Amino acid sequence: MRHIISILVENEAGALSRISGLFSARGYNIESLTVAPTEDASMSRMTIVTTGSEDVIEQITKQLNKLVEVVEVVDLSEAEHIERELMLIKVRAGAKEREDMKRVADIFRGRIIDVSDSTYTIELTGDGAKLDAFIHALDPGGIIETVRTGASGIGRGNRILKV
Amino acid sequence: MDRVKGATLTGAEIVVRCLQEEGVQHVFGYPGGAVLFIYDALFKQDKVRHVLVRHEQGAAHAADGYSRSSNKIGVCLVTSGPGVTNAVTGIATAYMDSIPMVVITGQVPTHAIGLDAFQEVDAVGITRPCVKHNFLVKNVADLAMTMKKAFYLARTGRPGPVLVDIPKDVTTQTCEFHYPETVAMRSYNPVRKGHAGQIKKAAQLLLGAKRPMIYTGGGVVLSDASSQLKELVRLLGFPCTNTLMGLGAYPATDRQFLGMLGMHGTYEANLAMQNCDVLLAIGARFDDRVIGDPAHFAQNPRQIIHIDIDPSSISKRVKVDVPIVGNIPDVLDEFLKILKDSKPQDIKAWWQQIEEWRAKDCLKYDRHAKIIKPQFVLEKLHEVTRGEAFVTSDVGQHQMWAAQFYKFDRPRRWINSGGLGTMGFGLPAAMGVQLANPGATVACVTGESSIMMCLQELSTCKQYRLPVKIVNLNNKYMGMVRQWQQFFHGNRYAESYMDALPDFVKLAEGYGHRGVLIDKPADVEPALKEAFGRKNELVFLDFITDQTENVYPMIPGGKGITEMILSEDL
Repeated sequence: MRHIISILVENEAGALSRISGLFSARGYNIESLTVAPTEDASMSRMTIVTTGSEDVIEQITKQLNKLVEVVEVVDLSEAEHIERELMLIKVRAGAKEREDMKRVADIFRGRIIDVSDSTYTIELTGDGAKLDAFIHALDPGGIIETVRTGASGIGRGNRILKV
Repeated sequence: MDRVKGATLTGAEIVVRCLQEEGVQHVFGYPGGAVLFIYDALFKQDKVRHVLVRHEQGAAHAADGYSRSSNKIGVCLVTSGPGVTNAVTGIATAYMDSIPMVVITGQVPTHAIGLDAFQEVDAVGITRPCVKHNFLVKNVADLAMTMKKAFYLARTGRPGPVLVDIPKDVTTQTCEFHYPETVAMRSYNPVRKGHAGQIKKAAQLLLGAKRPMIYTGGGVVLSDASSQLKELVRLLGFPCTNTLMGLGAYPATDRQFLGMLGMHGTYEANLAMQNCDVLLAIGARFDDRVIGDPAHFAQNPRQIIHIDIDPSSISKRVKVDVPIVGNIPDVLDEFLKILKDSKPQDIKAWWQQIEEWRAKDCLKYDRHAKIIKPQFVLEKLHEVTRGEAFVTSDVGQHQMWAAQFYKFDRPRRWINSGGLGTMGFGLPAAMGVQLANPGATVACVTGESSIMMCLQELSTCKQYRLPVKIVNLNNKYMGMVRQWQQFFHGNRYAESYMDALPDFVKLAEGYGHRGVLIDKPADVEPALKEAFGRKNELVFLDFITDQTENVYPMIPGGKGITEMILSEDL
C-alpha cells in the first residue's frame, strides 16, 4: 500500500543521504522524496512516498526514528491529510493547438506561466492522480517536457507535525 | 598542556583533551599524514596511552574488544584514506554487535575535500551504513561538542560505533577550549523506563505460563543487566537460553540454563523455544541464525514478550504480543518488583519434557578418538582456566565449539563477532581485552584460516607484552565452509582447503613469542596448563585437530528451529 511519510530532520549536511541510504540499504521503495527547510531554518521537512506492507511501513518509521538527526516521523496516510504536488509541463502550442491547450489547462486549473510561439509551459498543482489525469488528457505527442516535485503532505485540522 | 578551562588550543590538542576529559586511557591507532598533529599532541602528554597496531583493522577490533570486555569505550585513531577503509571492517563488526566505540579519522584539509586529494576518501559516506552516527568536523569551534556527542551517542540508547572525521587543517586551527558538561539533542532521546502497563501485562502472562521460556541476547550483556536476569530467572524457576551474543549473561553451569540456542544451539534450547507457550525475549532480535525460518517458528502459537531498547528490533522478523521498549536493567527491576511475591504456575511437566530433550546429550562427541577433537580442547581450556578466562574468538567452527563448550558463567567474558562474522577479529580483540583487563587470563580461540587474517598483530602483542594465549584449532580447512560443502554441496570442497600453511610454531617464534605444536590428545591438557602457567608470555598453541569434525547440532540455513541435523554419534 502507498504511504506518505513526513519527517522533520535536522538541517545538516548529510541528513538527506542518511535517509535515502537507509531506504536503499534496507530495500525499501521510494516513489518520491521532497525536502526543504521549514520556517525554522535549523530543521528540514521531508515527505517520502513509499509503498509496502504494514510490517514494512512499521519498520520504515522505526528505522527512520532511529537515525540520530531525525527529530520526528509521522505516517500521514494513517489519518486525514492533504497531499499536493507541483508539475511544470511544456507542451506543443502552435497556432493549431493553442486554443485547445488553453482550454484543457483551464479545466484542470492549470496556469500558463510561459509562452513561446510554439509552446506553453503550464503549472499545475494537485494530488498525484490529478497530475496523471492531466497528462492522460493530453495528446502524448504534444508533451515536450515534464517536471514534477513529488508529493508534499500535511495533516488535516489539528493533526500537526512540529516541535 | 594547560589544564585551565578556556585555554586556547589547537584542534589536535582539543582532540586529546576531549579524550582525557572522557577518561580514555587507551587509544588504538596507526599514524599517517592527516593525523600527524593529533599524534604530536598525544606525544606531548601522558594520560592517554596510544597502542600502535600493525593494521588499522586491528585497531578497530582492539578498541571493540576493549569495549566488550569492560564498560569503557574503546577508541581508535586512524589516518585518512586507506587508514579509514582498513578500519571499516572493524567498524562494521562493532556496529552489527552494537558495541560502543569512538573512531577518530583524519581527513584531508577542508580546502582539498572533494578534489581527489592524496589519501582522500569520503569517510563519512563510506561508513554511514555501518556506524550509529558520524560527523565531519569542518570548524575547530565545533570539535569539542562533537567529541562530546560522539561519546554520548556511542554509549547511550542502543550503543554503537560513532566516527568523527577531522580534516587536517582543523587540527591546526585554534579556539578556546571548553569541554561541555552535558549534551542535549532534540532529535535523540533514548528511553530508559519501560511502559508500566505493558510490564504488568507481561508479568501476568509469565505467571500464567505453563511452558515458559526466557531467551536473552547481547542486550543483556551490553546493558549490564546480568544480575537482574539471574534474579528473575531464579525467582520464576523458568528455563533460560542465551544467544551467541548473550552468553555469560546467565551462568552456563546453572541447571536452569539450556545452553545456547540457534543454528548451532542445543537440542533442548531449540525445542523449548519452539514449544513454549510464553516466551520472554530480552535484548535479542530473533535473527536468522537464531530462529531460522520465521514462518516455521510461527507455526506454534505462543505469546511473546519482547524487551529491547531499540523499537526497530521489535516485531522485525517475528510478531510480538507485548513489546516493551526500555533500558533492560530498568525494565527488569520493575519486573522484579511486581513478581517478587507472586507465584508462577507449576511447570514440573514442562521441566520433565525439557529434561527428556536434554538427555539426548546433543553435544556428545567421541572422547576416545586418537586424533585431537576440537571439542576436547575447549573442554580442557575451560577446565584449565577454571572457566574464568576472557575468551575471544574468530569465526567458524572453532567459534561455535567455544560457544558450546566453554561454559561462560559471567558476562563480558565471551568476545566474538556474532553479527558480521568477521574472521580476523579474535587476536586484535584479545589485545583490547588484555589492555582493558590487565592481569586477567585471555585466550584467543581461533583456527588456522582466521588467525592469518590479522596475524600481524602478534607484533603488537610483543611490543606491549600482551600475554594472550592463542588456541589455534588447526584442521587445515576453513572448517565451517568445509562443513557446509559436505552437507549442502555434495562434498565438493571448493577452495576450503589450505595448502602450504605456515609452521605456526616458527611463526610465533619469529614474532618473539613461544609456539607449541600439539598433535596428541594426551598432550592437550599438559600443553594448556604449561601455557596458561606462563603469566607474562604470549603462547601460540597449534592444536592439530580432526579434519572431518562437524559442529552439531546444525539447523541448515532457511530451515526451522527444530529441523536440526544431529551428530551421528548420538
